[in-house]
This record gives sequence, structure tokens and C-alpha cells, in this order.
Amino acid sequence: MTYHPIIGLEVHVELRTASKMFCGCPANYFGKDPNTQNCPVCLGLPGALPVPNKKAVEWTIMLGIALGGKINQDSKFDRKNYFYPDLPKGYQISQYDEPVATGGKLMGIRIRRVHLEEDTGKLIHTEIDGEKVALVDFNRSGVPLVEIVTEPDFKTLDEVDLFLKKLQLIIRHLGISEADMEKGAMRIEPSISMQEDTIESLPNYRVELKNINSFRFARKALEFEIRRQTDMFTKGETPTQQTRGWSESKNETVAQREKEEANDYRYFPEPDIPPMKFSKTQVSEITSLTPELPDQKLARLGKEYDISSDLADRLIQSRLTSDLFEDLVQKSNVNVDFKNIDAPTIAKWLINHPPNTKSKLEDILREILESKPVSTLTPDDIDTLIGDALKTHPQTVTDFKKGKHAVVGFIIGSILSKTTSSIDRELLGKRIIVKLQSY
Amino acid sequence: MTILDKSITEIKKHPPQDVIEECYEQIEKWAKKTNAFITLIPKEVSAKKAKSATGPLAGVPFVMKDSYLTSNIRTTAGSSILASYISQYDATVYKKLISAGAILIGKMNMDAWGHGASTENTDFGPAKNPWDLTRVSGGSSGGPAIALATRTAAFAIGEDTGGSIRNPSAWCNLTGLKVTYGRVSRYGCIAYASSLDTVGPMAKTAEDCALVLEHIAGKDQYDATSSEAVVPQYSKELNKPVREVTLGWSDELLVDLDSEIAKPLVAARQKFVELGMKIKKISLPLLKYGVPLYYILAPSETSSNLARYDNVRFGSTRDKFTPESERRIMIGTHALSAGYYDAYYKRAQKIRTLFINNYQKALDQCDAIIMPVNPTIPPKIGELLDKPINNMIADYFTGTINLAGLPSLSLPCGFSKDNLPVGMQLVGQMFSEDLLLRIGHQYQQSTDWHRQKPKI
Repeated sequence: MTYHPIIGLEVHVELRTASKMFCGCPANYFGKDPNTQNCPVCLGLPGALPVPNKKAVEWTIMLGIALGGKINQDSKFDRKNYFYPDLPKGYQISQYDEPVATGGKLMGIRIRRVHLEEDTGKLIHTEIDGEKVALVDFNRSGVPLVEIVTEPDFKTLDEVDLFLKKLQLIIRHLGISEADMEKGAMRIEPSISMQEDTIESLPNYRVELKNINSFRFARKALEFEIRRQTDMFTKGETPTQQTRGWSESKNETVAQREKEEANDYRYFPEPDIPPMKFSKTQVSEITSLTPELPDQKLARLGKEYDISSDLADRLIQSRLTSDLFEDLVQKSNVNVDFKNIDAPTIAKWLINHPPNTKSKLEDILREILESKPVSTLTPDDIDTLIGDALKTHPQTVTDFKKGKHAVVGFIIGSILSKTTSSIDRELLGKRIIVKLQSY
Repeated sequence: MTILDKSITEIKKHPPQDVIEECYEQIEKWAKKTNAFITLIPKEVSAKKAKSATGPLAGVPFVMKDSYLTSNIRTTAGSSILASYISQYDATVYKKLISAGAILIGKMNMDAWGHGASTENTDFGPAKNPWDLTRVSGGSSGGPAIALATRTAAFAIGEDTGGSIRNPSAWCNLTGLKVTYGRVSRYGCIAYASSLDTVGPMAKTAEDCALVLEHIAGKDQYDATSSEAVVPQYSKELNKPVREVTLGWSDELLVDLDSEIAKPLVAARQKFVELGMKIKKISLPLLKYGVPLYYILAPSETSSNLARYDNVRFGSTRDKFTPESERRIMIGTHALSAGYYDAYYKRAQKIRTLFINNYQKALDQCDAIIMPVNPTIPPKIGELLDKPINNMIADYFTGTINLAGLPSLSLPCGFSKDNLPVGMQLVGQMFSEDLLLRIGHQYQQSTDWHRQKPKI
């Protein structure tokens, strides 16, 4: 009997709006002293009322569109009622049956929904004077949170990994969140079940995993679950519907609580916030204002600039970097001082020197210029150097013909060590291969 | 006539120190007897404010139901849970009034969390009707009503979710306005039922209510449910003609109605005719479903609104909730829970729409509807407390108006044979407060029920 995993993801992303979701307190809480960014609303004081953050709603619409979803014409907030010390009102304002967006697809994985809610406060477990205590910090309470739920379409852990990285990249390019897992701006809750390979349908249980704060731990936790659940099946046991937490120290998942059904939250429409209506005009306007998505940018950079797809791919890993790349190339084309700096050079520079948003374009270009003396070698000069190197090391030609392509690196090294001129390594490599193939 | 017998406009003509002096004299006479106050602002504090008062309501003393947040002053919502709670910010309505120069002299007794129609379900001792100290003042804004009836303040801010301004206004011989939902900001008003709660003025006359309403109505950026609708100059339009106004009347309302209530109501109808208004027969067939409907929806919302009183950031432990509140929390939690939501809450919301349509149909045929406020004269203290169903039935004529979001003005219209006040209400279209106040004002120009006050 063999089994395969069925995995779904629930991803929470903190939006980097200036204000919180329902009040004017600053949304950026990272590194701030506890309970210093609060007001009656996000503290749930008597008589306080929520007022929705328009930008947060617009950004959620934008994300829904970017993931190929449909923006619901009618949407509303609902109360999700439960008790926890970090939940000041005793309910979380979220969305239940009329989320901002439904449907969509990313890397072949179907998106079930994208909705908007508020974050809770943070509990910190520590010891004070030898006594175990739980402290609550409400700085995070009320920060806008987008929730993305997928269908259980993932079949492999690689799929999960690639999806998460892509989703993070899209979010970063949209500019709506830094989506840093280390800072808690992106949180993952995978759900996993195992099913017999001969059966198509979904099993009647799933295990939800929490306390995962990196892509690496997501993989480890899922690997552990695959083993644990498969073991149970092998023994004739069926895993139960439960929530399990990843334990870094134990390197395993640990049972937390039986998974509550949605209805236990006694969802009902939030009476303090009028329902929202998203018109087609509104949606097209937001669509037109949506920044370029990573895939679009990748294709465009490859076409518009003379750089390899590998370089382009590395550039788009950061929106700041890719934007800066284009600004720098434009500047270098316009400013005669910098006209000899080609696009690949700029690209490589940016990849190796993470950009500082404060640097002026001219300063960066000057830095590049100073670090890399302009090569005075012509293509013919380079071919001569190659010819000399191959004469000095004739074995490399025969080795290359035998399939030992590593010799290219050896020849590059040999040439670069002998010359004072600076030669683009990649370019050199290409020409060496051309030369070797001609023998 | 004492200063506080006069209208706000007349009171303003007196030196504020004199007004405050009279307030506190009245408080001396009445406060302990009636137990109207939860927190009395010390006389020295009020006197000091009186000296430097400026603004359109400069020096005018007012009280608030203790469900409004007032910085640095205790707010209890009538419950032990907040017995020591010091407000951390100002309710918008409070801010507006003190900016206008009005002087807060007390936070008033109320049914805890708004749960009640008699101000007996309070953790600060039952309030007593100054017209008969063995009887209830009505609720849940009982304290404010008593303060006005005993001439200890010029106006009050009550709160009406199912009748809580109109009920005590009627039983204490005052004028109370339940506004259109969204007319006045709820920011800083401790929530009972969020889709039903309204913030409104109580005073001796419609004229005074109009003046206060001008100052408190309007859009508030802190309340997403507050309306953008323009705020008319209510007090300036009170004398516009009421001839050609049509009032709706349903004979169904008289069926089984206590004659002590029916008689003054019919007399009021006659008075409106004398003033030149027309009466049109209308129907309110769903009214008998009003109480069950209200008592599914309001408790549902309250079960959620009270969840924040969890003893983590403020307030006492939850064991301090008293039976009536526990009852409502449990009913509400049940109505919202898995397996019951569709049958109770969802269905109730659908029926609510039927009520909205029902009132709309009636108001298509008239400008305002005449209705009773309370189905009975004020009960004896203790009578309602162990009869929860009777307690609910007190809301028979008032609760569904909140469900439809409509405004309603409660006016004194007579007395029972035992000299207990009887009130009536005029219910209008959304944002028709100007019309209701106009009719009320002109009714009060030709009657003097509202001028009567209880003997000490």
C-alpha cells in the first residue's frame, strides 16, 4: 500500500499600510516597545468602533486580481467570536462568506479565496522573578492581514516551496508587504493528509500545522507529517483531524488541539461596518494601477535589455533591485560619463551589492565605474588571448571534446590571471566555448 | 418657576453659577430618594466649569446615561464589572457637548449594559420613579429621566436600543428622542446591540431636544455607521406649519391595550386633529412578532459585544455579570451557534426586513405614525425583575422601531388615574426628526402635560 500527500496552504500576510486595519495607529510594529502603538479601537476598549482602512481593502483587491481571482461585487466583514487573551474584543473582525476575492490560480494550484482581517496581539511566554507568566503586547492588534487559502492541490513538497516563493515575490512586487517570514509578516499554515494511491477522493481528515516561521521549517514539518501519517496507516490507524505545532527543538510536530469547525466561531455580519460594494469601474481602476508582476517583469527585462535570463531572474527577486536596475541603465544611457557601463555589469553589481534606497543613481554608477576599469580589449584581442591559452594548454581541447566542459573554467582562470585588463567572465566563457567547438 | 423649569434657551440667560447652584440643591432633595446617580460630579468641579463656560450651550447642565465614555470620569454601564473603570477617552457626543460649553454633572443609573426596561437590573441599586417612589422609573435610561423630572439638569443624553429613551421618558413625563440609526455617532457609547443602538437627547420639551440634537448629530469619522445626511437646524424649524401633515393610526394598537394608556393616546390623536393634522388608517400586522424578533437579534449582538469584558485589560471578572445579562448572553450565543444560526439569527434578520417593509408601507401613507410607548403604567419595583417575559413585553411598541432604524419622538400625553405619566410616540421615516420635533413642539404649545413635575 502506498500513499501520497494532499497538501493545502493557508497563508497570512501583513499589509504594510501606514495605519492599522480599523484605526489610525501605525501598522508597523516591528521592534517597537510593547503596548506603545494603541488606541481605544485596537485595544477593544468599551465603546470603541472599527473604521476600515481603504488602502488595505484596495490592496487586497489588487492581490486577488494578481492571483487570477474574481473580485466579489458584494463583500463584507464578519465577526469571528472566540476568547483568547491576545484578542481584545473577544472576536476578530474577518470575512466569512463574502470575501474580497474568490478563485484564481498560481503555478497550477487553485486559489480558493483571498480575504481581509485584522491581526491579534502577541503573547510572550516568559519568567518574571521565577514565576512563569504570559505577557500580552497589543501593538500588533489590528494590523491588516490578508489571508490566502489554496485548494489542497499540492502533491509534492517542491511544489509547496516554489509556490510560497512565487507568492512572496508577487506580494513584494505589488508593494503591499515585505512578506518577511522572520518578521512575522508572512505566516504559513499548511494542511496535510495522506491518501492511498489508488483512491482519488480526499480523505476525511486533515492535519493543520502551526508555528512555522520559515520555508525550511514548512518543508521539515511536512516531511515529518508524511512520515508520521504514513506510519499510522501502515499500523492500521487513521490520523485524526487535529492541529499540530512544529517544534524546532524536538524537530517534530506536536498535537495542539482538535480542529474546531467553522461554525463554533458563531460568525455573523459585522454590524459596525456597512457592507462593501465593489463596482466594475473600481476593479478596473485598481487593475490598471497594479504594479508589474514578477513574471511580466522577467519577460520584459529579457527582451528590453541585453542580459541573460539568469541575470534577469536574479534581478527580479527584489523589486527594489529590478527597479533600480532599470533606472541605472536609463541613467547610463543618458549620461555620457557612464555610457560604457553595460547592462550586465549594472545587473551583476546590483546582485552583489544590495542597493541602498538612499543612494543617488549617479553615485552608484560612479562606484561601478571606479571598481571596474573599462576593458580596452576588443573581441579580436580576447580571441588572441584565448588562442594563446589553448596553445599553452592543448589538453583542454581534447578534454572538451571528451565532454569535460569544466576545462572552460580553467581556461578563464588562466587568461584572467595573466591579463591586467578586466574582461567579462561570462562573455569570455562564451567565446572560449565557441573557439573550442571550432576545433 | 425655577430656573430648571425653563427651556434651555431661557436657562442660558441665567448666570451659570446660579444654574449649577439650583442643580445641586435639587440633587440634595432628590438624589438619594430616587437613586438616579451612579457618579455625581462634585459641586466644586461643576461650579468651576460654570465660571469659565463659553459656547452655544455655555453653562447648561446635563447628565448622561452611564454608558458613555467621559475621560477621567468613571463609566460603569450600570455593572459591577466596570465599577472602578475610568474612561480612557471621550465619546464623540460628550466631546461635542462640552465643546459647546455644556456642563456634565452626573453619570446616571441604568439597567446594566442596557439590558432592561426598568433600571432595576443595575448593580448600583434600583432607581425610583419620582412620581411614585414605589414604582420603577423605566429603563434602561432611568437615571437620566429621573434627573430631568426632578429638575436636576436641563437635558440628558440617553441611549435607545429597544425603547431605552422612550420608555423612561414616558414613565417620568419627559420628551425623549430616539434618532434615526446613524444620525448621531455611537463612538464612545458602550455597545449593547450595534445595529440597534442610538444616541439621543432627553429633555422637558421637543424644543429642547431639537436644540441638543443640532449639536450632537452628524457624520463622525470614528463611526463607520454614522450618516452623511445633512443636519438641519432643528430648533429653527419648529414653528413651520403642521397642517396637511398626515398621521397614521392603527386601531389594532388599541386591542387589549390598558385603558390607562389608551385614553390619553386617543385624546392626543384628537389634539392632533384640532391642530389641523389628518389621520389616516394604517396597519402594522407584524407587531405581535416584534418582541420575539427583538429578543433574538439584540441578545445575539450583545453576546458578542460583551465578550471584551474579559478581565484581561480592564474590568472585573466575568462572574460579576448578573442574571438578566447572563440570560441575554446565553440566548444570543445559542442563536448564533452551529446548528441554530440559520433557524434563529438568519431567519430573524429576514423577518427584520419584513418589518422594515411593513413600516415603509405604513409610512408611504402618512408622515408619521402615532403609537403608544409603554403597554402599562409604571410597575411597582420588583414586579418585573422576576418576570423576565413581562420585562421583554415592555418593549412591545418600541423594539421594532429600532429594528427598522426609524426615528421616534416620545411625548407626555396624559396621566393615569393615580397621577402616573403616560407617553405616546411619533414614528417617522428615516431622517425625519425635523418633522417629528415640529409636530411635538406644536403639540406642546397647546397642551401642558409636559409642564407637570413630581411633588417632592
